[in-house]
Amino acid sequence: MDTKKYVIRQISIFSENRPGRLAAIAHALGEEKINILAFSIAEANGFGVVRALVDHPEKAHDKLLSLGFNIAFTDVIAVHMKDQPGGLYEVAKILGDAGINIEYSYAYSGKEGAVLILRVDLVEDAIKKIKNSGATLLERSVFH
Amino acid sequence: MKFWDPRIEEMPKEDLQRMQYKLLKSLVYRLYSFSPFYHDRMKEQKVHPDDIGKLSDVHKLPFMFKRDLRDNYPDKIFTATKDDLVRYHVSSGTTGKPTVVGYTQNDLNNWSTSLARGLTSIGLGRGDVIQVSYGYGLFTGGLGMHYGAERIGATVLPTSVGNTERQIELMQDLGATAIACTPSYLLHIGEVAEKMGVNIKKDTQLRTGILGAEPWTEGMRNRIQEWLGINAYDIYGTSELSGPMFTECAEQKGFHIWSDIALTEIIDPKTGESLEAGEKGELTITILQKEALPMIRYRIGDITTMEEDICACGRTHPRIQRIQGRVDDMLIIRGINVFPSQVEYALMAIPEVGEHFQIVVTRKGALDDMLVRVELNKESFSDKINDIMKIRQKVEHRLRNSLNVNADVELVEPGSLPRFEGKSKKVIDKRSM
Repeated sequence: MDTKKYVIRQISIFSENRPGRLAAIAHALGEEKINILAFSIAEANGFGVVRALVDHPEKAHDKLLSLGFNIAFTDVIAVHMKDQPGGLYEVAKILGDAGINIEYSYAYSGKEGAVLILRVDLVEDAIKKIKNSGATLLERSVFH
Repeated sequence: MKFWDPRIEEMPKEDLQRMQYKLLKSLVYRLYSFSPFYHDRMKEQKVHPDDIGKLSDVHKLPFMFKRDLRDNYPDKIFTATKDDLVRYHVSSGTTGKPTVVGYTQNDLNNWSTSLARGLTSIGLGRGDVIQVSYGYGLFTGGLGMHYGAERIGATVLPTSVGNTERQIELMQDLGATAIACTPSYLLHIGEVAEKMGVNIKKDTQLRTGILGAEPWTEGMRNRIQEWLGINAYDIYGTSELSGPMFTECAEQKGFHIWSDIALTEIIDPKTGESLEAGEKGELTITILQKEALPMIRYRIGDITTMEEDICACGRTHPRIQRIQGRVDDMLIIRGINVFPSQVEYALMAIPEVGEHFQIVVTRKGALDDMLVRVELNKESFSDKINDIMKIRQKVEHRLRNSLNVNADVELVEPGSLPRFEGKSKKVIDKRSM
């Protein structure tokens, strides 16, 4: 199975927890005409990590790096959910049954329905197991 | 040759202390009788030479500070006449007037003797070529090392500072076996040599570095030793004491302070009280044999610890450890003395964070709170919060271990902390605001 086409490049950005940091990141991306497709902020005491799926991850990476940000690529996968009650349960159950541990996750509800974005440790295994369980994975080309 | 002067260097401690007492006693009598400055100081302190009946009575004597030298610029407290002076050195005045130090021939002899013992203790002697890349001139480094090296019968290559490519050529052509310079200049030499296609380790005979005149760390020592294939020894001294004067021995476990030359105390910088061996405090030195500009209980302002045990090399004289900071920079956090340099050393050993930092001290109720802000390195950034929290915990743990006080750590974005030139102001103490 070609698992590579399901691996999506998320950009992860280290940010101090103070006013204006998100604006600085968003402004830089806007300037480069980079569209943010999904995003979340994880916060801890004093700092946060901004995670985003964008249409041009390389361009976003280079731009933010040039501004001095701590930025890294992270491989994530995206699973299609039904946009209705129980939709998340269906997907979560598949992952649980398959023994896949979720490091973190966030979701969005867009044109092509609801999508769960997952950061897991063993990406390839996860892709195979999710495919075998009958769930739909979104291909990288949907995002970039 | 293992010792320059085995009789003195291996002398039992009791005998050394007896010698120190005699030298102190005669120094105090001489100064009380002939130096208006010291006479007045002792009167103010209500101490008479007769009150000095044992070595520990040194505590009764008044302290001396750098400002005493500045206030008496250029030579008002010299105790030798021009007839007897044979040299001046002048230290740069970063905070006001410069200070002038004068030397008699005996003063220069003692200085060279001190260095001769140190250089011998690291295995140098006749047949060695010592490249002196400290500045020659008003600064004490170049000339001090020059005469110390000549004293042991080594061949001096007096290159002074600068023209690095020529220094490297001469190092090769004349077979320098040792170099005396600042650690940062040696690193520069290493870099220039690489660009010239010269491998110091393979293409030169260099095996010893005598490095000082600026603070450096064990980390730098390891790097220099590994990279250049030499043994790197620390050297200590200030112009007020004569110049670079005390070196480590081959054990690399602190500078031997020769007891017949200097009486060393470590004191609490706040109270002026003497501290026990191993306790951290301000280095205070009485130069027991100095004719032109004697120093009694001179408070250098450097923070260190002193070890009294007999060194593995056999020398009985006390050792002081690498300078850990300056008194002026000291913070008191919940009663514990903390130096920014300790924070710096602790951080340098943690690859996940950068070298720049900021200390913010606040008071919550009655308790002091110390926050250390440090930049998270690009290579160590992970998208997982847990990984970053682990780095923060690691930094907090290391800081606690080296400072003996809790510090909160804030990881900040790379490049976000202010950069300073030279002696930086890295502390924001909001308690006093």
